[in-house]
Amino acid sequence: MQLTGAQALIKSLEQQGVDAIFGLPGGAILPVYDPLIDSSIRHILVRHEQGAGHMAEGYAMATGRAGVAMVTSGPGATNIVTPITNAHMDSTPLVVITGQVATSSIGLDAFQECDITGITMGITKHNFLVQSAHELPRAVAAAFHLATTGRPGPVLIDVPKDVAQSTMEWWYPASVDDLDLPGYHPTVALDEAAVARCVALIAQSERPVLYVGGGALKSRASAELLAFAERTRIPVVTTLMARGVFPDSHDQHLGMPGMHGVYAAVTAIQRSDLLIVLGARFDDRVTGKIATFAPGAKVIHVDIDRAEFGKIRRPDVALQTDVATALRAFDAAGAAPRRLDDWWREIRQWQSQYPLVYDEPEANGPLRPQHVIESIARSTPAGTIVASGVGQHQMWTAQHWRFDEPNSWINSGGAGTMGFGVPAAIGAKVGRPDRTVWCIDGDGCFQMTAQELVTARAEGIPIKVAILNNAYLGMVRQWQEMFYDERYSEVYLSADLPDYVKWAEAMGCVGLRATNVKEMNDVIDEAHSINDVPVVIDFRTDSTEKVFPMVPAGASNDDIMVHPSQRGAR
Amino acid sequence: MNTPEPFAGEVSHSPVRHHILSVLVENKSGVLARIAGMFARRGFNIYSLAVAPAESHARFSRVTIVVDAESAPLEQIVGQLDKLVNVVAITDIAPREAVERELLLATIKTDVGNRTPLLDTLGSAGAAIVDVDPGAVTVMLAGTPAACDALERDLEAFAEVELHRTGRVALPRLGRATPADEQQKD
Repeated sequence: MQLTGAQALIKSLEQQGVDAIFGLPGGAILPVYDPLIDSSIRHILVRHEQGAGHMAEGYAMATGRAGVAMVTSGPGATNIVTPITNAHMDSTPLVVITGQVATSSIGLDAFQECDITGITMGITKHNFLVQSAHELPRAVAAAFHLATTGRPGPVLIDVPKDVAQSTMEWWYPASVDDLDLPGYHPTVALDEAAVARCVALIAQSERPVLYVGGGALKSRASAELLAFAERTRIPVVTTLMARGVFPDSHDQHLGMPGMHGVYAAVTAIQRSDLLIVLGARFDDRVTGKIATFAPGAKVIHVDIDRAEFGKIRRPDVALQTDVATALRAFDAAGAAPRRLDDWWREIRQWQSQYPLVYDEPEANGPLRPQHVIESIARSTPAGTIVASGVGQHQMWTAQHWRFDEPNSWINSGGAGTMGFGVPAAIGAKVGRPDRTVWCIDGDGCFQMTAQELVTARAEGIPIKVAILNNAYLGMVRQWQEMFYDERYSEVYLSADLPDYVKWAEAMGCVGLRATNVKEMNDVIDEAHSINDVPVVIDFRTDSTEKVFPMVPAGASNDDIMVHPSQRGAR
Repeated sequence: MNTPEPFAGEVSHSPVRHHILSVLVENKSGVLARIAGMFARRGFNIYSLAVAPAESHARFSRVTIVVDAESAPLEQIVGQLDKLVNVVAITDIAPREAVERELLLATIKTDVGNRTPLLDTLGSAGAAIVDVDPGAVTVMLAGTPAACDALERDLEAFAEVELHRTGRVALPRLGRATPADEQQKD
């Protein structure tokens, strides 16, 4: 069967089971958009290529499958560099297809030419510049294999226009052996000796903590984690990237560690004698000052990526495997610590002394952002997916939403990409149309990517967006208040400009506003009654509200600042 | 890449700082950029680099990288290098366990009638003259990095026009040391 490269590319995506592509056409990718008309694959036409990338990420994080984005060359390709970086930092499986100028024009500064494989070399797991139509099926199959196995990540396929237009005899790689990846070996045999050393360390520990990161979600280890934690009674903390992998409702869950972590989670790590690190990477937002991070703890580091071992903290035992496999091996070996009663007694005291708190909202005063988040979380159906942008609202959501299942939390961790929330929520809803999807956003973030609500309305993707509108770039404002003597530099945005309700309506969405608690409850109910179009709610929140607890940047976790109402009690 | 200048002053091939990675890679365009980019991005230092097709077929190339193992722990460098999809195999050769060779080419200004001191220097170093014209000669030494260092120092006494070194290639030492390599032991 003779196909054009373009037809072969689309057919290859169908072979991979792709059901949705997020993209925007242009000159160099034009040939590929023609056979798309005849394909079963749904294409979501975005309004900016950054939206396509974040949607594909949201899709991937909600489903666990690779998200797919397709854009044209030059500015189309550079506009998706931010999502690629984001996916690289958070190990999100992504396949990005970019158009490229014809092979005969490459290197000649042709119209809309840019060296996107060069640009993305350091921010992709791998990338391909496809040289012939015959190579396209292999490139697609290899891209999906690379993106989804081992430590997942973004893979880019650059397709020159003449490659898409030329013809090939259709074929498709029958197996991984046909992918021509002689240097790629994502799985290694389990190191039984290392498992035995882990078991020995666990047996000796009296103050162990399970420090669980995003790798646990990637390896779908929720069931194994629950079983291991319950059998051993070891306390669990889940990082920003791992929220949802272990139920917040579980009494062994101490919550999130790190810069804005729960006091008990942060302090349990600091006082621990054994950190069992599962698919986490000692991010500086978790460790604070590394020299004083968990100073008395031995470290078991489980990761599928061996380059994480010793990158930040030298492990006592490194176990290169995925989290689920490691936990099954620990269980099979009967790994268990001694009695943890004293340890738990100490932890329970921290929990009761320093729970997550915030000031109650006044009846007619501005809303408390944490109260808005808790009110939405309480009223949503089970299985709701929540996305966020980056900043204060993200931290409050990570703290105050109740996560009870994996892949229900979509956020930008490593890269901290403002504007991630709206498009990521759209992508999540495309991947899980059966679920209610909320985006908890900030007013600053919303303004960066809000235009994708036009996409959501046009494509029939009814997400719900809560803007916690405090009229500021809130997290920067918080730092300026606390560490720059209240000298506020370029952080004021205005609560009324733009008019978020009118803007939402102009984009075909329902726009609502709430300025006090009664209105808040009403608009949340109203939002839940609307399921055909996107809803945007402008929640007017207190500009001065800050995220606590907080470990100042570069400070030791021991110097955690609790909520003002809890100070003096220490 | 923050590459140290290999020919300036007293260059040391100290086995403490340097480590040799013999890296088999797919012979595809951009592979060297991927390797170099990774080193730059991670702040790892390359001391020298030599690349050539491996064996007779064109599918793979052999990259010999002398790394500055003080810029990062060796296992970090190897771990990150191994993540590059085009990197097929990495052999980490400790300097003491390596047979290392490097090629030095130098053009020296010299009159036809006054070549004896140069010939003495070349003779004692085991270097050869590979090109001649009335006003200059080009000399070559294929030897250990230390031997190349020594010749480079000795050639400073002459009017040097140009001197190039390839960077070293290496293979693991066999079970017993050969006499020629004894000078590398310390």
